[in-house]
Amino acid sequence: MSTHQYKNNGDAPRIGVYICHCGMNIASKLNVAELAEYGKILPNVAVSRDYKFMCSDPGQEMIQKDIQEFNLNRIVVASCSPLLHEKTFRQAAADGGLNPFYFQMANIREHVSWVTKDFKEATDKAKALVSAAVRRVAQHQALEKKRVPVHSDVVIVGGGIAGIHAALTIANSGRKVYLIERQPTIGGHMAMFDKTFPTLDCAACILTPKMSAVKNHPNITLWSYSDVTKVEGFTGNFKVKIKRKPRYVIEEHCVGCLLCVDACVFKEPKFDDEFNLGMSKRKPIYLPFPQATPLTVLIDPETCLQLKRGKCKQTCAEVCERRAINFEQKEEEIEVDCGAVILSTGFKPFDAKRVPEYGYGHYNNVYSSLEVERMVNASGPSQGEVVLKDGSKPKSVGIIHCVGSRHAKTNKYCSRVCCMYSLKLAHLVKERTGAEIYNFYIDMRTPGKGYEEFFDKLLKEDVNFIRGRVAEVTNWAMTAKEEGKLIIRVEDTLIGSPRRIPVDMVILSVGLEAQADADEVRRMFGISCSKDGWFTERHPKLAPVSTMTDGIFLAGACQGPKDIPDTVAQAGAAAAEALALVDKGFVELEPDTAFIKEELCCGCRTCIGMCPYSAISPNLEKGVAVVNEALCKGCGTCVAACPSGAASQNLFTDEQIFEEIEGVLTYA
Amino acid sequence: MHNEPFEPRIVAFFCNWCTYTASDLTGISRLAYAPNVRVIRVMCSGRIDPQFVLKALRQGADGVLIGGCHPGDCHYQEGNYKCLRRIKLLKRMLAEMGLEDERVRLEWIAGSEGDKVQKVVNEMTEQIRRLGPLRLAPIPVPHELVEEELAMAGAEEA
Ligand SMILES: Cc1cc2nc3c(=O)[nH]c(=O)nc-3n(C[C@H](O)[C@H](O)[C@H](O)COP(=O)(O)OP(=O)(O)OC[C@H]3O[C@@H](n4cnc5c(N)ncnc54)[C@H](O)[C@@H]3O)c2cc1C
Ligand code: SF4
Ligand code: SF4
Repeated sequence: MSTHQYKNNGDAPRIGVYICHCGMNIASKLNVAELAEYGKILPNVAVSRDYKFMCSDPGQEMIQKDIQEFNLNRIVVASCSPLLHEKTFRQAAADGGLNPFYFQMANIREHVSWVTKDFKEATDKAKALVSAAVRRVAQHQALEKKRVPVHSDVVIVGGGIAGIHAALTIANSGRKVYLIERQPTIGGHMAMFDKTFPTLDCAACILTPKMSAVKNHPNITLWSYSDVTKVEGFTGNFKVKIKRKPRYVIEEHCVGCLLCVDACVFKEPKFDDEFNLGMSKRKPIYLPFPQATPLTVLIDPETCLQLKRGKCKQTCAEVCERRAINFEQKEEEIEVDCGAVILSTGFKPFDAKRVPEYGYGHYNNVYSSLEVERMVNASGPSQGEVVLKDGSKPKSVGIIHCVGSRHAKTNKYCSRVCCMYSLKLAHLVKERTGAEIYNFYIDMRTPGKGYEEFFDKLLKEDVNFIRGRVAEVTNWAMTAKEEGKLIIRVEDTLIGSPRRIPVDMVILSVGLEAQADADEVRRMFGISCSKDGWFTERHPKLAPVSTMTDGIFLAGACQGPKDIPDTVAQAGAAAAEALALVDKGFVELEPDTAFIKEELCCGCRTCIGMCPYSAISPNLEKGVAVVNEALCKGCGTCVAACPSGAASQNLFTDEQIFEEIEGVLTYA
Repeated sequence: MHNEPFEPRIVAFFCNWCTYTASDLTGISRLAYAPNVRVIRVMCSGRIDPQFVLKALRQGADGVLIGGCHPGDCHYQEGNYKCLRRIKLLKRMLAEMGLEDERVRLEWIAGSEGDKVQKVVNEMTEQIRRLGPLRLAPIPVPHELVEEELAMAGAEEA
């Protein structure tokens, strides 16, 4: 894209002004016709019109036709936010033969029609913004986008089902993937489930083949037990630093025979098993779960005698013929280059202790849903049996929905999967124990393919459904029947009266929350989070897997509560977006870089200290500062600092901003 | 005209990544606010030259609002700190020149804080209303001349 192919249409600005109705979004809140008329009286305006949808094909064609007909050399569109459609209209101008940077947008939707109550005030404010844009665009210059080559590898952070699916999709297309997982194994939450709704298919049967596919794929490098520590660069050219935590077992040597685990001086497992949420025990040397990927044991330095005290017979190392155990292993730091990053860091379950009235952590037989997921899992702590703390089977079970969700005190949002997994657990617990099951719900939300049908199926399985938010779980018996039981107190809003339901076991259907370190991760990757900590997408409808930082994409529950089908669909979308970026081979960078007007530069070097990217250096011969365009990111900090006015920034020159200032202040 | 309540004119400079995004969110969430603030977008609050503030005040603004990313969140690492330093100095200078330094306000507003934009704009408008007009310059009335021309054009058409 070079300047010379565009015509200049003479030097004096001839501006076309286009006021968009955005259907009724703008047109019903301010006077678009008056605004278009106003456009006509502004300096250098050759044509000013209003139109229903400027971003539509006819809208864009209108601009192109006018460029020819009126010999326009500048375009102003007053419509939605430039963050949404600046690209569209720059392209429209370019298609009309104009340099795309002879364009300015006035935001009269997000900044005016949607936030202003009064019709006249809105019209006046819009006039000011149009006036500013018209004056600014007259100062615009033809610019060129820089093309830089992109690195073709992709880094994926988080190896849950989202990261796994995205990694396989990209790897199958022939691109190289680095999959970074913090835990010793990939699989995420899905690896913890026995069955998944609504099909009740075995989670392991569909997940573990994908996990091994990741491990065996020639295009995937899997680094588990690893953390991303630093990210530098920009779209197409990121540098990602990764810290590999020591497992004290050489991954390449270990074949997962588990002889070492048997040989450990601890005869019996003694320490809380993280994967089973502390419901079973493990040794200091362990495999997180039988299908762990990579199938490599690791040693917990907190409990291993050798690592903690430096004193142990090291029976584990002795027995290992492959010499995989290495107590000297140190943290390792690696750096990789990549063109795109997919974040798929998932969620954390809501901590039920934050709703103390439900007795989690207080009463023995109150469980969180994730614990029960482990319990019903055949390779879980109780081999698939659902049992109370004393080992007996419950005869009655209460499942409380919306724990931590849909409540002003905890999280206002709906966690989206809890209704469905509560139904799943109701079915599985009934199947394993034959107990009487009560589901306490506020609303039943089952809006997915086959989901309502699953609910219907459960209704036929003699599960009881009680509508009402549970007030309290207590063990305070009022009748002999309640003695020794947990009593669920609830207002049944269908019969309109309070009830007490005695049960043996309570399952709290906890909601989904953003990861505890979401804010750190967000900062590291330069993206944003919603109030609740979920990563925000560039646009909720039109760019659901992109972020405000080009080249960084989102997949799965890190973006908000999501079930597995949605997660996988989104992971596929993120993979496609990342591929579209790296396969293109190059990216075009905004030309908003800084430059120094040598004739004005006094060589004071003020700017040099300002630049966070060391993009400015002194030219000693000439005694002036020079900006390295390739390093400049276009923040403009140096420009604001330059005392002699020598530093300037493309697209944001002083003249352009001064004109804009005068423009916004010039109104009736 | 004289009896009408004073309507403050406020020019805002918002950084592209946090505050401008937040103000878009304010719109998307349909949170109405006072129409007195007009936003000029810059890529980083670090680009905000104190001259911009002076220019706005000189040109008829009664107040200037500046919005950047929260400390530690700058898309360009540290532009917002530089902005903070400059605005602090500028405010001191304004005070020495006899201008109320409350006419210039710097706020950190993250991309998700659409409601904060609403709150800050409303507060700022009220604050400037209390301070009264600055009016260092007569308010430029837009293109009166051309309005006459328009009237003439209308007459021609008729
Ligand atoms: C109790 C319960 C039951 C459920 N049952 C079902 C069901 O039956 N069917 C269904 O469709 N959905 C179900 N879900 C929802 C399902 O768990 C999610 O849809 C799915 O796990 C989302 O996958 P994910 O990959 O986005 O996130 P996760 O599964 O959370 O995986 C994220 C991965 O990223 C890793 N990670 C996090 N941060 C970092 C970091 N900074 N660096 C490196 N790695 C990191 C984590 O260790 C984890 O491995 C259930 C949810 C719960 C809570
Ligand atoms: S060093 Fe000792 S305690 Fe540690 S894993 Fe080996 S045998 Fe177990
Ligand atoms: S605009 Fe920012 S990145 Fe570019 S040279 Fe100036 S300070 Fe450095």
